[in-house]
Amino acid sequence: MTDTPLLRVSDLTKSFSDAGRRIDVLNGVSLHLDAGQSLALTGESGSGKSTLLHLIAGLEAPDDGVIEIGGLRTDTLDDAGRARLRRSDVGLVFQQFNLIPSLSVGDNIAFQAQLAGRYDGALVKTLADQIGVADQLGKYPEALSGGQQQRVAIARTLAARPKLVLADEPTGNLDEPRADAVLDMMLRIVRDTGTALVMVTHSRRLAERLDRVAHLSRGRIVA
Amino acid sequence: MKRRALVALLSHWKRHPLQAFALIAGLALATALWSGVQAINAEARASYDRAADVVGAPGLDRIEGPLDQQTYVALRRAGWPVSPVLEGDWQGLRLIGVDPLTAPPGNAVAVGDLEDPSAFLRPPGAVVVGPDTRIEAEVRLLRSEDVPAGVAYADIGIAQGLLGRPGAISYLVLTGPLPRGAAELGTVSPELARAPGGDGQSDVARLTDSFHLNLTAFGLLSAAVGIFIVYSAISLAFEQRRTVVRTLRALGVPLRDIVGLLAVELLGLALIAGAIGIALGYAIAAALLPDVAATLSGLYGADVPGAIRLRPVWWLSGLGIAILGTGLAATGAVLRLLRMPILETARPEAWRLRTQRTLRRMAVGGVLLLGLSAALGVAGQGLIAGFAMLASLLVGAALLLPLILDTILGLAAHPARAPLARWFWADGRQQVPGLSMALMALLLAMAANIGVSTMVSSFRLTFTGWLDQRLASELYVRAQDAGQAQDLVAWLEPRATAVLPIVSVETRIAGLPADIFGVADHPTYRDNWPLLSAVPGVWDRVAEGEGVLINEQLSRRLSLAPGDTLPEGERVLGIYSDYGNPAGQLLVGLETFRDRYPQVAARQFGVRVPPERAEALAQEITATFALGPDGVVDQAGIKAFSLRIFERTFTVTRALNVLTLAVAGFAILMSLLTLAGMRLPQLAPLWAMGVTTGRLARLELLRAVALAAVVAVLSLPLGLALAWVLLAVVNVEAFGWRLPMYLFWPDYVELWGWALVAAALAAAWPALRMARLQPGSLLRVFSQER
Amino acid sequence: MRFLVMICVMAAWPLGGLAQGFAGLGTDAEGFSVPRLGTEIVFPEDHGAHPEYRIEWWYLTSNLTGADGIEYGVQWTLFRSALAPEAGEGWSAPQIWMGHAALTTPDRHFVAERLARGGIGQAGVETAPFAAWIDEWRMAGTSDISDLSLTASAPDFAYDLDLVAEGPIVRHGENGYSVKSSEGQASYYYSQPFYRVEGTLNLPEGPVEVTGGAWLDREWSSQPLSENQSGWDWFSLVLDTGERLMAFRLRETDGGQFTSGTWIAPDGTASAFGDGALTATPLSTTRVAGRDVPVQWQVELPDRGLDVTVEAMNDQAWMETSVPYWEGPVRVRGSHGGRGYLEMTGYE
Repeated sequence: MTDTPLLRVSDLTKSFSDAGRRIDVLNGVSLHLDAGQSLALTGESGSGKSTLLHLIAGLEAPDDGVIEIGGLRTDTLDDAGRARLRRSDVGLVFQQFNLIPSLSVGDNIAFQAQLAGRYDGALVKTLADQIGVADQLGKYPEALSGGQQQRVAIARTLAARPKLVLADEPTGNLDEPRADAVLDMMLRIVRDTGTALVMVTHSRRLAERLDRVAHLSRGRIVA
Repeated sequence: MKRRALVALLSHWKRHPLQAFALIAGLALATALWSGVQAINAEARASYDRAADVVGAPGLDRIEGPLDQQTYVALRRAGWPVSPVLEGDWQGLRLIGVDPLTAPPGNAVAVGDLEDPSAFLRPPGAVVVGPDTRIEAEVRLLRSEDVPAGVAYADIGIAQGLLGRPGAISYLVLTGPLPRGAAELGTVSPELARAPGGDGQSDVARLTDSFHLNLTAFGLLSAAVGIFIVYSAISLAFEQRRTVVRTLRALGVPLRDIVGLLAVELLGLALIAGAIGIALGYAIAAALLPDVAATLSGLYGADVPGAIRLRPVWWLSGLGIAILGTGLAATGAVLRLLRMPILETARPEAWRLRTQRTLRRMAVGGVLLLGLSAALGVAGQGLIAGFAMLASLLVGAALLLPLILDTILGLAAHPARAPLARWFWADGRQQVPGLSMALMALLLAMAANIGVSTMVSSFRLTFTGWLDQRLASELYVRAQDAGQAQDLVAWLEPRATAVLPIVSVETRIAGLPADIFGVADHPTYRDNWPLLSAVPGVWDRVAEGEGVLINEQLSRRLSLAPGDTLPEGERVLGIYSDYGNPAGQLLVGLETFRDRYPQVAARQFGVRVPPERAEALAQEITATFALGPDGVVDQAGIKAFSLRIFERTFTVTRALNVLTLAVAGFAILMSLLTLAGMRLPQLAPLWAMGVTTGRLARLELLRAVALAAVVAVLSLPLGLALAWVLLAVVNVEAFGWRLPMYLFWPDYVELWGWALVAAALAAAWPALRMARLQPGSLLRVFSQER
Repeated sequence: MRFLVMICVMAAWPLGGLAQGFAGLGTDAEGFSVPRLGTEIVFPEDHGAHPEYRIEWWYLTSNLTGADGIEYGVQWTLFRSALAPEAGEGWSAPQIWMGHAALTTPDRHFVAERLARGGIGQAGVETAPFAAWIDEWRMAGTSDISDLSLTASAPDFAYDLDLVAEGPIVRHGENGYSVKSSEGQASYYYSQPFYRVEGTLNLPEGPVEVTGGAWLDREWSSQPLSENQSGWDWFSLVLDTGERLMAFRLRETDGGQFTSGTWIAPDGTASAFGDGALTATPLSTTRVAGRDVPVQWQVELPDRGLDVTVEAMNDQAWMETSVPYWEGPVRVRGSHGGRGYLEMTGYE
């Protein structure tokens, strides 16, 4: 579609210190993703796949390397800049605790869109219909099942119309049929809206349903 | 096994030192305020008791009238078992001269180590004072535990010398039953009158009771606030240890043993915290006692030493409150633990449902208590009912608070459009249950502050206004004896506008002690006397002897209105306010008084002079007559003195205000800190969605202040209700007078300011921690390992 | 020898610390006058007080009978104790006075006590005419004390008696110099044992007219007891023969004793008997106020053929005063019949 990919990551490194010991989590990771594409990040526990996702999302800053989203460098952003990035350019879905318990389901779905200044009531309604919670918008998250909660989290992310959706084991707490349903919905909406998706999962079965799979091992992409 | 189990249970505190700190600090603070107040009360009471054991003390009938040594001997030789007492001011002390040989049995001053009676009886004599009294006089000093502060004893002969009043006797006490065939009092000296024993001591006790009651209420309130802290800490600790308990039970430790172990643990914590609290309480009491002592001595003439002693009564009660408070705070948690099924899943119940149910249940309790309070207000009788009304009002309002807050925050969230604003209010609402105990504590502390300071300030305003009316004369003089009084009047008459005799006798009205005063028919009274209600032409009718005026307390006690008749037959013509006096009082015309009590000579006089001449005249009087130290008092002096006393009262009240507010602030801090850990999952999504931790911290701080502000606003009606109950119910029951209520808006606004400051300070540290939170901590919320 | 009760004044002292017991009187008498052999007792002056001596008393006991034959005993005592050897005036006068009054019936014993400061007029003794008083209690009459009226009252009893002397005043020891120990302690001691009495006793149930006899003891000294003496037993007996016997036994801490007495003929002629001439032996004791007190005695004076049993009329005549002691009427049987008074101190 364009010359520049939606997401470009080059030679990304990140290390943590734990009890005085340096642990290299990412050792020069590079990848790219175009709009409307989906990428699965797989790997063993501790392979650095979540860290990679966090760095792309601007939750943390990399030690070295370049991250570009929509052609703009995000690796050099300060704290406030990264917060802005999270607010308006990326959407995050985690395994759990995605929702704000004090807000109703409807408010939760609308929340990030409002935060990003891109609130579209019709879109929220469509999304709610699509995830099948249209009749439960007044309820509070605790009243929903785990699968419903994850679907609401996805709807919330998509309602803000980010360029990039980043999901970290979004179905990790769900059983297989529910996980499939949630993933189906997510892939469908991502495709429909032309959004790119990066999803961390340890499930090979789920990973294979995405456009591409990148496998991490010891902080490097090996496949 | 038990030991291992205990170690497993105790390990919780090691992992949550903040909770342990909150628990111990809350309990220690509660104990400190309670035992501090108790220490002050105990010290004061002990000194009243000491005073009750001495000669001239109440209970014994007295012979009064113009007395000298000859009259005393004549009475003894007529068979009257009387003992002479001379009282006077000496070296800033009340010097009481007694005759040890005729003093009432068992009432004498016991000076344990006085080996030689000559040293006490014979010049130069000796003066017996309490252990803490300091004087700079060149006399032999003896110390006795039995002598109250502010009092000195000497042989009457020695006292006459020290006071420069040879041959003088203030009054005689009747030390026992009369022998057979004793002469009538009148045949010995027609001017003498037998007066029922002044209940002086119980008067002091009753008067100061109000003060001690206030202190006790404050102490209890502070203790309650502290218990709220302990309650939150214990609840949280028990909640978090459910897993440990379940594991222990699964491993075969009987539930009974677990509860027993928890009880041991709590008792240990209570004892540690109690000991710390008592030490703190001692410090509080030691710091406040000088002001309390000054207040008591100034307001009521009750002398209390300025130093505190360790008395079992208060440190035991301190430990008691610590243990009781822990028990109270832990009961619910232990009960929940007992009801917990062993296989219950770890999934906590949906908080919103539980919260709503709890809030509603508390509110129902609150409404019931408020209803009870209202019912007590309508139907209750007596002081106990007054305090029960007060307690149910406070607790009821506190129980209603969470639901009210929840509703207010819900309403505030409604019009909010911006997502963060919506979240701000919604999340505040969610925090209400966790903060409710602390906020209730804040509500109580603020209401108590508003209530008590409104009462004290109203009292001061009323009292000073009343003093202006009541102290209409420019000077008040008191002669040492009847002879001097005559000289004084003769001397004053050409020099003053008017000399108004003040005469009184003690009597009983309907079995209650009361004073009868005779007053001259003079504009001083007509224009100024603080009448609350009266029949038309009251002063003419009093002067003509048609009836009497009675004070408010007597009218309330006997339910008398102007026009009614006293049990003794006199007509009540009017009622006047008479603050600071526990006894009933009657006012009759001077003529009527003289007809009825011809033997009572006036020794006290109100002197009217143009105000600008008052000071000069006072100096002239002092120069001309050998009056006692309080022989001449000018109106301005009394007023200044009264105001000074009130300042002292305010110091104590203010100190306690600050302390309770500080405790409430501490409660908020502790709640916020313990909540902080639990709130991470609620804040992490916001952070993930691009709200910086700094912004979140500012919002947290703002929310604490907003909640405190709501509580502060709510505390006003409660505080005013409290003040109303104190002024219109408790005061009436306790002292027989009702005070008008005044509002002191600047004070309230200042207090609100302090409450917000306290809340901001309490929220500052948790907010700072929030602002400095590392991404890792927040990310852990989302990760699988959690 | 009632002197000793005097110490009690000190024990009565509400400021305490002085209950040094009866033995306390044996101490030295600094500054106080000491009785000397050969000093003449002079009347009426010596009926009055001697403030330069430490202790002194006017001690009257009376055996009385009602119209119905019921016997009564009456005691009236005024003690003086000096803190310093001077009369003084006002509250600073160093003289302390104590009055004891008692009325004994066969089954009851009433006691009252009064204390007073000297120097203010509450208590004292005057000689012309004679008057001794404390509060409203009073013994007063002619300067030669031959005609006296006596009153005392308390909430539960009172008496009002008229006394007329029917014989002379008797001086004990050597012309009134009475030795109290082998070490030479002594007092001035005289008596008027010949009073005839008429009057009224006021008991709770009403007045009783009585008649009988009375015995007045006067004694003053400054150091009457030896340090090793622990108490005494004192008898004043009026015998049916018209003769009278004053006898005392001073008990010593080591078990020894010192006895002395005066045999008084009906005409008042006195014969003094020194240590060892008479014996007084307890025959039985009774429990009074928590102690064992001998209330039955054998008294022997072989020189006069006297061998009598002396028995308390009312065992329980305990004087529950500042310093307690036993004092009550007695009956005499044996070689002689009669009645009298017994005083016992130092029984702990």
